[in-house]
Amino acid sequence: METMLELQNISKTFFPGTPNEKRALNNVNLSLKSGDFVTIIGSNGAGKSTLFNAIAGTFYLDAGQIILDGKNIARMPDYKRAFDIGRIHQDPMKGTAPSMTIEENLALAYGRKAKKSFFALNKTDVSYFKEILSSLELGLEKRLKTKVGHLSGGQRQAVSLLMSTIASPKLLLLDEHTAALDPQTAQKILTITTEIVTKSKITALMITHDIKAALTLGNRTIMMDEGEIILDISGDERMNMTPEELLTYYSKKRHKKLMNDRMLFSLEKDS
Amino acid sequence: MILLIGSIQLGLLYGIMALGIYITFRILNLPDLTVDGSFTLGMAITAVLTVNGHPYLALLAAILWGAAAGLVTGFLQTKVGIHPILAGILVMTGLYSVNLFIMGGKSNISLMGSDTIFIHIQKLFAITLDLSKTLLGILVCTVSFLILSVLFKTRLGLSIRATGDNEDMVRSSSINADFSKCVGLAIGNGCVSLSGGLISQYQMFSDVSSGTGMVVIGLASVIIGETIFGRRSVTIGFLSAAIGSILYRIIIAQALSIDLFPAYGLKLVSAVIVGIALSIPAIKTAYDQAKVRKGGK
Repeated sequence: METMLELQNISKTFFPGTPNEKRALNNVNLSLKSGDFVTIIGSNGAGKSTLFNAIAGTFYLDAGQIILDGKNIARMPDYKRAFDIGRIHQDPMKGTAPSMTIEENLALAYGRKAKKSFFALNKTDVSYFKEILSSLELGLEKRLKTKVGHLSGGQRQAVSLLMSTIASPKLLLLDEHTAALDPQTAQKILTITTEIVTKSKITALMITHDIKAALTLGNRTIMMDEGEIILDISGDERMNMTPEELLTYYSKKRHKKLMNDRMLFSLEKDS
Repeated sequence: MILLIGSIQLGLLYGIMALGIYITFRILNLPDLTVDGSFTLGMAITAVLTVNGHPYLALLAAILWGAAAGLVTGFLQTKVGIHPILAGILVMTGLYSVNLFIMGGKSNISLMGSDTIFIHIQKLFAITLDLSKTLLGILVCTVSFLILSVLFKTRLGLSIRATGDNEDMVRSSSINADFSKCVGLAIGNGCVSLSGGLISQYQMFSDVSSGTGMVVIGLASVIIGETIFGRRSVTIGFLSAAIGSILYRIIIAQALSIDLFPAYGLKLVSAVIVGIALSIPAIKTAYDQAKVRKGGK
């Protein structure tokens, strides 16, 4: 399988030369094969979201290259990268325009790959929107003209998910996109996510605090700490790894505990 | 009756400005103060070109120059990163001198004796000047309304609307939000400048200070329209802005005719209308809270 995403020695330091200097990414190397679904874990401030911001182009790197499908995108502005990269944030409000209707939101996101048309909304596109909305099984296909601001957080996140995958991106970045939802809705969104990712074979990176989910979803797990990748497992090694082992590994390697409230909660909930 | 027709004519012509302000304030969600300058810019260009015998070309030039002024504000906001309010103030201040340059250093120009579009149409169809003013007002305002309504249904229009709503989402949909912001500001100020041009031909003079307070007057029109139509789709928004402008002129003319306040009190009244209208949500919340508190006891 070919390589889809390649990060070569990427580094980023915030506030360099000040007492607040923070080395957020430290020579990170990562190579993703086409169709990989990688989960990312790590404590707060480990550099997970910074890694996503670097790939999406929120800021430019101090050093290193980002190769997406053979093209170096490290110096491209964020909106140009977004042509091939879909991203969903933890905050359901971030991915959608609240005072526009569901169909208008989808049309805007679909604009990347849709056939050129004078009007933003046309029959072919709208019937396609209906089709993909009905696959969510949330009844949203009947509410195309509802303003997104009137939807619940879970519904908005589902629409965001469609928007970021509607133009078949080469890479999908999921930044704890279920963390702000109630457990049931979170589960539902997660199921839809896996369905979309596996069906359209999108290469995906997912940040999560749910260690169990991190080990069961996708085909590979990486652990980050202080701007570095400290563990990268897949295949049998990953299959046999338990959440407890993962935590022990972290404390042995870093001599501190990988634990925050949300991780603790996710473990206790299941046991 | 004469008073009413006069207000409707003015309302239609100022309505085009209200359309422009609706774009910047409501759709782009930007407090664009360029308007005070670009309104006079339209007046100045139109006056100079009309005196020289090009009344139609004058209006076209007004649109283009107004759009250019909007682009400068957009550039300052997006590429240079100046705060939107300050960017508008900078362009507005600069335009004051530009307008004086255009008018050849004079603070006002009279169009007496030149052919305006209103006089031209009057002669062409042998109708009264008053009818010509009303018809042209309706025509230009309707055409502007239709063009804008269609424009904001296109992909470009949709991205301008989304930029005012959630800029992050626009960027992550691979759309250059800076570009859509600049286009929005250009269209908005083009409308404002066209309105200024029409007003200068309507009242037969151009004055360098007539742009002062236009932002507030435009906003008052938009808000009056919204109290009647509510905040719904963009097409209805444009319609309500134009109708709001007509109502604003009628209200002001009635108030002036019964000597409710002197003509120089106009801007204070406009500011008070906008101030009250914008504080209604806060007053409503406070009222609801007070009701809850009373009910609890």
